[in-house]
Amino acid sequence: MNLLSIQRDMARAVMTPLTPSERMRNAGPDGRSQRTVANGIIKANDRLTSFERLEIYNRQYWFRVLSGFSEDFPGLRAVLGDPLFDKIAQAYLRDCPSRSFSMRNIGAQLASWLTTHPNFAGPRQQLALDMVRLEWAEINAFDGKRYDPLKAEDLTDTSSAKLRLKLQPHLSLLDLKYPVDDLVLRVRKDSTEVSIASNTLSERHKDKRSVSVVPLLKHTPIFLAVHRMDEDVYFRRLEQKEFAILSRLRNGKSLGAAIEGVLRKSAMPDEGCLLLIQKWFQNWSALGWFCRGTTDPTNS
Amino acid sequence: MPANRFNGYTDYGIGIGLRVPHYQHVLTRRPVVDWFEIISENFMVDGGRPLRILDEILKQYNVVQHGVSMYFGSAQRADREHLRRLKTLVQRTKTPWLSDHLCWGSVDGRYTHDLLPMPYTFEAARITAQKIREVRDFLEVPIAVENVSSYAEFHVSEMTEWEFLNEVVERADCGILLDVNNIYVSSKNHSFDPFTYLNSVSAERVAQIHIAGHSKYQKYILDTHDHPVIDPVWKLYARAIERTGHTATLLEWDDRIPAFSEVHDEALKANRFLASASLAEAV
Repeated sequence: MNLLSIQRDMARAVMTPLTPSERMRNAGPDGRSQRTVANGIIKANDRLTSFERLEIYNRQYWFRVLSGFSEDFPGLRAVLGDPLFDKIAQAYLRDCPSRSFSMRNIGAQLASWLTTHPNFAGPRQQLALDMVRLEWAEINAFDGKRYDPLKAEDLTDTSSAKLRLKLQPHLSLLDLKYPVDDLVLRVRKDSTEVSIASNTLSERHKDKRSVSVVPLLKHTPIFLAVHRMDEDVYFRRLEQKEFAILSRLRNGKSLGAAIEGVLRKSAMPDEGCLLLIQKWFQNWSALGWFCRGTTDPTNS
Repeated sequence: MPANRFNGYTDYGIGIGLRVPHYQHVLTRRPVVDWFEIISENFMVDGGRPLRILDEILKQYNVVQHGVSMYFGSAQRADREHLRRLKTLVQRTKTPWLSDHLCWGSVDGRYTHDLLPMPYTFEAARITAQKIREVRDFLEVPIAVENVSSYAEFHVSEMTEWEFLNEVVERADCGILLDVNNIYVSSKNHSFDPFTYLNSVSAERVAQIHIAGHSKYQKYILDTHDHPVIDPVWKLYARAIERTGHTATLLEWDDRIPAFSEVHDEALKANRFLASASLAEAV
C-alpha cells in the first residue's frame, strides 16, 4: 500500500462525522467498515485496537474543526441555539471540509452552503444567513488586505466619468434583512481573540458553554459596511443610496456611472442629492475606503 | 549543536511560544525573553492586528517561525498559495530558521488541521525529503523538522520512528526540531525506550529543542501542552542537551495558558541543564 493510498484511507476515516456520543462510526461515508479500514492500515497494541487508535484521530479532527467553527460564528450560535448550531456545524463541515491551510477560512463556504440548505435553520433561515454574512465580513475586516488610501492628488488627472475607484478589500458591503449588527455586538462582548495553537490535542470540546437562543428579531432591512480602522473592526450603517453607490463602485462602475444611476432613481432634487453624495464621499475618504490597489478580491 | 547551519548559526537561549493571552503583557511590560516562537499560520494574513502586533514584537525580540500545516509528509505537492504567504512572512520576520512537523495532514486538497503520523517507509522518506528540499529552496531559509506525538503505528512501516527521522533529514539535508515531550508521549503510546530514540537521533542536526507538558489518560497519553513539564521529560531534555550541547530551547504551552510569568519561569528551568552544557563545552 503506497503513501497516497494510506493517506486517502486514513483521511476518509478521520473526517467521517462522529456518533452522537462522540465516538467513531462503524461505517464510513462510502459504507466501508471503519474497523476493516483501521485493521488494514493501523497496528493494534497491548492497550488499544486498531479501531481505537484510529478513533483518537477521528475525535481530535472533529473536536478541532468544531471548536474553530464555534469560535468564528458565536452570533450564529446565539441565533440558532446549541443543538441546531451543532447540527449545522457538523453538516456543513461534512459537506465542505477545509480546503485551506488556515483554519481562518473554515467558514468561507458557509453562507453559500446555508443558502442551498434552507431546511436546517427553518424559520430562522434568513436571520441565520444574515448573521453568517456579517460574521464572515468581520473575519475579512479583521485581517483582510488594506492598501494605502487614495489621496485627493491621486484623482486630479481623471474625469469623474472615467474614474474608477477601488474599495479596500477589508471593506464588506452587506444588504441585510435583520439588524444583526446589534445582536452580534451583544454576543461578542464575552468572546476573546483566539489563534491557532501548536500541535495540541484535547480530550474535550473547547468552548462548550451553552448559549441562550435569542428571540427572533423584527424584520428590519439594513445596509451595513464592515471595515477596519486602526486595526479595529467597525460596523457602519449606510443609507440605501450610499450602499447603492458603493456597490456600483465595487462592481467596477466608473464614479460618474455609479452616481448617475442613483441620481436617476432619486426623488430628491439633483442639487440636494449631490450635496449629500459629496458629504458621503468625504466620510468614505476619511475612513480610507478608497484605494489604488491593483486587485480587489472581494470584487469577484 | 549550539550554532549550526540548521539554525542559521544562531545561539539562542530559552524561548517561549508567543500566544494571544500574553500579547498585552509582552507589549506593555517588555519582559526579557531570549526569543519567541510564533505559529506562522497565525500571521500569514493580509493585514490587520496580527501583523501590527508581530511588527511590534519584531522591534524588540528574536522571533523564530514554527508552522503547523506545511505537511511535509503529505503525498501530494505543497499548496502554492501557502508557500507564497509563508515566504512573505519569512521576509518580514527574517527568521533564522523555520520549523514544521514531520507529519502529514492534507490529501486531495482537503485539510485535517491535525498532525497525522507517517508510515515509516522508504517511499514516505523519499517523498517527504523531496518536499522539504523544495520548500527550503523556495523559502531560502534553513528548515528543521519536528518529531510529532503519535497515537497510531502503521503495518507498512519498514523502520522505527527514529530511523525514519534520520532517513528523512539525511536525504533532505535539513535540521531537526527535537521535541523531547513528543518522544516521551510516543514512547508511552508505543512502548519503546525514549532514550533509545534520543540516543539515535543525529545530534549534529538538532537546530532547536521543544519541551512541553501533556495529559495522561487511561490507555494513552495526549500531547495537550496544558501542563508544566514533568520530571521524566526533563530527564530526556538533560540527555538531549548532553548530546547536542547548548541548544535553543522552547517551552510550548497552548491550552489553559497561565500568566506569562508562570510560563516563562517554567521555560527557564531549562537553564539548569543548559548551564552544565555550557560548562562542559568550555572545558
